[in-house]
Amino acid sequence: MSDATLTRERPIAVAPARTATGWFRNPWRKPRFLQAVTIGYLAWSILPVIIAIVFSFNNGRSRSTWQGFSLRWWYQDPFDSVWHDPALRTAMFQTLRLSTLTVLLAVPLGTAFAIGIDRWHGRPASSANFFMLFSFVMPEIILGVSLFLLFTNLLENAVRLGTTAQFLGLVTFQMSYPVIIVRARLLSIGPEYEEAAMDLGAPPSQSLRRVLLPLLGPAILASAALVFADSVDDFVTVRYLSGPASSEPLSVKIYSAARASPTPAVNAAATIMLITTLGAIALAWLVFRRITRNRGEAVSAAGLAEF
Amino acid sequence: MASGTQTVTRPGRRGRRDARERSGVSYPRWYWPSFTFPGILWLAALFVLPFYVVLSVAFGTVDPLFRLPLPVYQPWWWSLDTFQTTLEKFTSGDRIYLDPLIRTLVYVGLSSLICLVLGYAVAYYTARYAGRWRWLILVLLISPFWISYLMRIYAWQSLLQPDGYVNDALGVVGVAPIIWIGRPVTVVLGLVYGYIPFMILPLFGFLDRIDQHLLEAGRDLGAGSFQTFRRVTLPLSKPGIIAGLVIVSLPMFGDYFTNNLLGSTSTSMYGNLIDSAVGQAGQGPEAGSLVLILIVLVMIPMLYYLRSTRRSTEAA
Repeated sequence: MSDATLTRERPIAVAPARTATGWFRNPWRKPRFLQAVTIGYLAWSILPVIIAIVFSFNNGRSRSTWQGFSLRWWYQDPFDSVWHDPALRTAMFQTLRLSTLTVLLAVPLGTAFAIGIDRWHGRPASSANFFMLFSFVMPEIILGVSLFLLFTNLLENAVRLGTTAQFLGLVTFQMSYPVIIVRARLLSIGPEYEEAAMDLGAPPSQSLRRVLLPLLGPAILASAALVFADSVDDFVTVRYLSGPASSEPLSVKIYSAARASPTPAVNAAATIMLITTLGAIALAWLVFRRITRNRGEAVSAAGLAEF
Repeated sequence: MASGTQTVTRPGRRGRRDARERSGVSYPRWYWPSFTFPGILWLAALFVLPFYVVLSVAFGTVDPLFRLPLPVYQPWWWSLDTFQTTLEKFTSGDRIYLDPLIRTLVYVGLSSLICLVLGYAVAYYTARYAGRWRWLILVLLISPFWISYLMRIYAWQSLLQPDGYVNDALGVVGVAPIIWIGRPVTVVLGLVYGYIPFMILPLFGFLDRIDQHLLEAGRDLGAGSFQTFRRVTLPLSKPGIIAGLVIVSLPMFGDYFTNNLLGSTSTSMYGNLIDSAVGQAGQGPEAGSLVLILIVLVMIPMLYYLRSTRRSTEAA
């Protein structure tokens, strides 16, 4: 029956394509317009960044007019190149330090929170989860300014602006990523595996360590990569909470430079930031490929990226 | 009657407990809640407490000598003076606060709309027609998430310089160089450029889940392409549209950096008011008041979004 409808439908669909309106009505026509929009969008979205990377190799002070290839802003210039500018180097290390510390604390905190919320059915649990999601969707400037006011007023003797404040702020802002990603994974796993482990006599701590955590591995990994990448890129929270100039990470330096008179060294610094982020994602991807070989997991990773 | 209900509820609970006892394991009552305690403490100290400080600063005073904010932590001593002064600046004649607010609403509205139209086209194509290029397109669609917002806007700032490539390209067609930086259109397009990835991915998620058979059914029942789209695809992707609009517009309300890199004082937005108040001496309470107003502004779309996501997680 369904075969018959299919074979009957095809000639009808192709036949009207001869005329212009028929071509428009044909549901199987190629969507040329949408295709053009999509290709145009992708070019619009990626090309500027590629041009910015290329300009880090510009042999001149301009970031908008090409003056030949050189490594001057990367290495050769003894004062202004990324390699030799001590301020940029300090900023780079500050970025790495903050991002690593944030991953180390935000991911365990968020993962534990997600597991707890998933199992603990009660009013306090759902309101805690609500606050967590709240911190996720709120404009970042609100959190940044609130923390700035907290650290400069109520806690001014306890936490100084600088690395500690930045770290606390970043963890607060990033904690919701692992919560959301791990929670989504928990919902798709379901309780069966753990119940099986319990039926086989595993105490809670063992079923957690040997059943649940391995199952959550990919999600934890994905959120770690995301948190790292996002911490490297963050500058709103971190800028309000930075103290002396030495505590400003690369992102803040780039922001300040972009507002003054940037040289291609800023392009080079931004490129380094990009490489750091992509490196973290690529590393996570490699580990991910190693621990999960089946295709079903890869599909769920694509779903994770949607967050 | 009461005993009747008891006998109805009892067996279920008993049964579950029996299963646990049989396997020899039971979770203590505090076991799972204890997992969330570190996170809850963290949120209480660094998410809820800061809001209290914002209130105390906004409803507090300023040290007359050093111009530092003097927060008042006891709610019964709170004064609404600064808050009222701030509010009055929105209604006063010189419009230094009102204009950025109106601009923000217009820019955010326009940018979200452009994001929706353009994003829908791209998401629709990727979900339905991309074929074997699907994975490549998806990676390219996700890639802006891995490139810092700052770098992406900085890239445009360079392209839009008077001697930049945009003017070069226009020069080929015979258009005289235009000063792009500082124009409203630049800021709006900058916002679109910055946030549109957040629109495309939720839209793609919902469009991708639509069953092809529903579309075929629509056609079999005599609907044309457009009608099928309007009456089948569009309603099914509505949650994606709402999620996308909220995710895109919320950060735009607090955005000050796009404007600082691509705009000028004549295009300043609400975020710029906060940003410039934060650093200035004597402006602490005002920064607090502005943050409070922003929270109220974004609360409605935020609560709506949180409620709808909670409902969808419960359904799943």
